[in-house]
Amino acid sequence: MRFEWTVAWRFLREGGAQTVLIIVGATLGIAFIVFITGFLGELQRDIVQRTLGVQPHITVKPVEEVARALRGGIAEPGAAAQGTAAGQVLADIQPRGQRLRSIDQWQSMVVRLRENPDVVAISPLVSGPGLVTRGDSNKSLAIVGIVPEAYAQVTRLDKKLIAGILRVDPGDVLLGRDLADDLGVEVGDPVRLSTPNSTGDTYRVRGIFDLGAKNLNQLYAFVGLATAQALHALPGGVTSIDVTVTDLWDAQRVAADLGRSIPHLVESWITVNKQLMVALSNQTLMTRMIRVTFGMVVAIGVASVLMVAVVQKTREIGILRAMGATRSRVLRVFLLQGALIGLIGAVLGCAAGYALGRLMSGLLRSADGTQLFIARLDFPLYAYTLLGAIMLGVLAAALPARRAARLDPAEAIRM
Amino acid sequence: MSGTRPQNSDAPPVVAMHGVRKTFNPGLPTEAEVLHGIDLVVQRGEFASLIGPSGSGKSTLLNLIGLLDWPSGGDYLLNGVPIGAANDDTRTRARLDTLGFVFQFHHLLPAFSALENVMLPGLMREGRFTEAGRANARALLTAVGLANAADKRPAELSGGMQQRVAIARSLALAPDLVLADEPTGNLDTQSADDAFALLRRFNQERGCAFLIVTHDPRLAARCDRVIELRDGIVEHDRKVLAPAQSGV
Repeated sequence: MRFEWTVAWRFLREGGAQTVLIIVGATLGIAFIVFITGFLGELQRDIVQRTLGVQPHITVKPVEEVARALRGGIAEPGAAAQGTAAGQVLADIQPRGQRLRSIDQWQSMVVRLRENPDVVAISPLVSGPGLVTRGDSNKSLAIVGIVPEAYAQVTRLDKKLIAGILRVDPGDVLLGRDLADDLGVEVGDPVRLSTPNSTGDTYRVRGIFDLGAKNLNQLYAFVGLATAQALHALPGGVTSIDVTVTDLWDAQRVAADLGRSIPHLVESWITVNKQLMVALSNQTLMTRMIRVTFGMVVAIGVASVLMVAVVQKTREIGILRAMGATRSRVLRVFLLQGALIGLIGAVLGCAAGYALGRLMSGLLRSADGTQLFIARLDFPLYAYTLLGAIMLGVLAAALPARRAARLDPAEAIRM
Repeated sequence: MSGTRPQNSDAPPVVAMHGVRKTFNPGLPTEAEVLHGIDLVVQRGEFASLIGPSGSGKSTLLNLIGLLDWPSGGDYLLNGVPIGAANDDTRTRARLDTLGFVFQFHHLLPAFSALENVMLPGLMREGRFTEAGRANARALLTAVGLANAADKRPAELSGGMQQRVAIARSLALAPDLVLADEPTGNLDTQSADDAFALLRRFNQERGCAFLIVTHDPRLAARCDRVIELRDGIVEHDRKVLAPAQSGV
């Protein structure tokens, strides 16, 4: 291969401005692909985190209760409706309302969840409807009982506190910013919490959080796990278990895995937020199309430059063939040129893509003034880019290389 | 095989052609038979010229001998081995190991220095630039009087100098036969004489056979043998009587 390397490298260097231009073109294209890939990944992660608020990657809940007919064989709605078969009993099956229930054996479920290598954090919680009252104003909301340390790991609630501290001792409550504004309370003020199962009691506001969306800030009040169990009349029980996994986008698969080993309902955020996921998928599809288009433009550029080079070097190819270079060697000389352009373009393009990311992350701000995304060095992305660019270069060189290899040496020399 | 050159008479001739024909565009209305049965033997160490008017088939014959084109019929043995119908890779390998080429328009690779151009055949055979190849190339460049131009690019050399580099390159792997197509056709008289003298010298010093296509009767007369082609057949094939230095 040394012969091929030497000749390919010399041919490229001899190309001069032609080579420089195509490498600049490849660099620009690859830089944009690298930038948009990193940018989109970070942006989507950011959008998901902002939209989900305190929703976990995966939720474990009790299986929904289903009404069943007492006799076997007639539960099928079709059969029941038609009632044609002899001896059938007509039955009208109504779906039943879902009551607040605890997860059966939740302690051992937590142990089983921990065994999954994709699971990073687990937080059991009790959640049910309730009312918060201060003076004359009443607000309905979800009263959620949490173990603060575990819950902070799953939802980063500690990072979302804007006043007070993340502590829910008996008699403490955490409220959202907009709810606190509505009620006119601050840290240290008392509010009353009540539920359908409990006439309620007075609690002291220990902290105020901001989940980044008004409706979310009005929806939740966090209390201690035992407090919520008492309020919702579920002593010792939990209504769901929140789970964080290593990769946000992998949640669906992990949820399916967990669902097989746990006799409860396991749902990922992707199932719960279908609309959001559809929007994100469309965004991903659009960016993929843009990336593919850029890749193709680069490839076509490389192909056309090499095509011209083959024509320019017809005599040289002829003399190399006459001297004893086989067709496959000539083929490899040009494939290597494609690979080299891809390699150099990818190295420069990754660097330029990162620089562009740094620049844009400094310029683009979200509504609250924080950075919309953070540019980071993504080495797996660079490795894929390098590999992809080399393959693309070889692919682009295929046609010119074939043409060079097929030149008739006698004719090529005569030109 | 090219390193040691057997001088005994048992060795097969470098080129042995019997009834070789060449038809262009066979089966088409433009079909034309250019060579009508060529019988030609070139012995080891011969110094022969191939002459004839334009259109007589000189270049076609040279391409067939040089394995750059396939004959339409007849037998071709290179060093006693039938090669006329061999596949492209076999023929390419045979070109590398057995043949050297000198063309009218030099055809050096402009991206390589003079020395590297002479080293290219070695690079092709060994897969890398070797010290032995470098020494050999330097010796050849010295022999053609261009020791000082080793690191120059072809564009920095005159036409005569380029042709001398091309001659050095054709000899890099000690071929059995060098095919020269109008090697002096593009040079002024002085450079042409120098180049021709070089070919002659390499023939005598290295025992390598030369077949030189030329229009120039003056040059043809200075060869040991003159093969004259006319209308696709060998019309005359005669030995030139004893040039003074003929001692092969």
